[in-house]
Amino acid sequence: MSVRVQREDFDTAAELERLSRDNPRIGAVVTFTGLVRDFAPGETVRRMTLEHYPGMTEKQLNAIVQEAEQRWPLDGCLVIHRHGQLDPGDRIVLVITTSAHREAAFEACAFLVDWLKTKAPFWKLEEQGSGERWVEARDSDDAAAARWQR
Amino acid sequence: MRILYFAWLRERVGLAEETVTPPSEVRDVASLLAWLRSRGGVYETALADLSMVRVAVNQDYARPEDPVAANDEVALFPPVTGG
Repeated sequence: MSVRVQREDFDTAAELERLSRDNPRIGAVVTFTGLVRDFAPGETVRRMTLEHYPGMTEKQLNAIVQEAEQRWPLDGCLVIHRHGQLDPGDRIVLVITTSAHREAAFEACAFLVDWLKTKAPFWKLEEQGSGERWVEARDSDDAAAARWQR
Repeated sequence: MRILYFAWLRERVGLAEETVTPPSEVRDVASLLAWLRSRGGVYETALADLSMVRVAVNQDYARPEDPVAANDEVALFPPVTGG
């Protein structure tokens, strides 16, 4: 398993190849890529700055990945989350899960994405035509994460 | 005790980090927040609505009743919006 928090972009194909190469036990690879979208109502988002809490981010992401590995039979798991300045269309987060079977890979990937949205300490600051605005947390994200609670 | 602020809490307080020495009766997260807010000014404004404030003690999420101690790193931030 691996967790990375970085400013730089990532290469999805290269990461996928690295996780699945030389491992014939893997029958399923699920990839989630999150992009920066222009989601402010009525305004054009020019750029976004993603602030995070260095140290806690890595600690929480590692804990979430460990939980996924306990709950599903995964062969591999990778989470990359970017921070810093990003433009609409930029890749922001990558989650890859690999497993012998598709159910585990699908479910673990969805679990990781839902949890990192509600637990990983990141905050989005949008630059708009009229100034800057901190993006507010959404109840629907909490609801999505809650479905994984046991 | 180290206090860290993030996102709009950092902006409203005007500090990313400070070192504080709370009185001895501050033993948990709830009493720490009440004491920080009691200092008035920007603290009173920034911490006016505690439903919008999340707290981590030593980089783990903490509840109001969780203990805090002199050498802890306590972070205050709004609900997260990553992913």
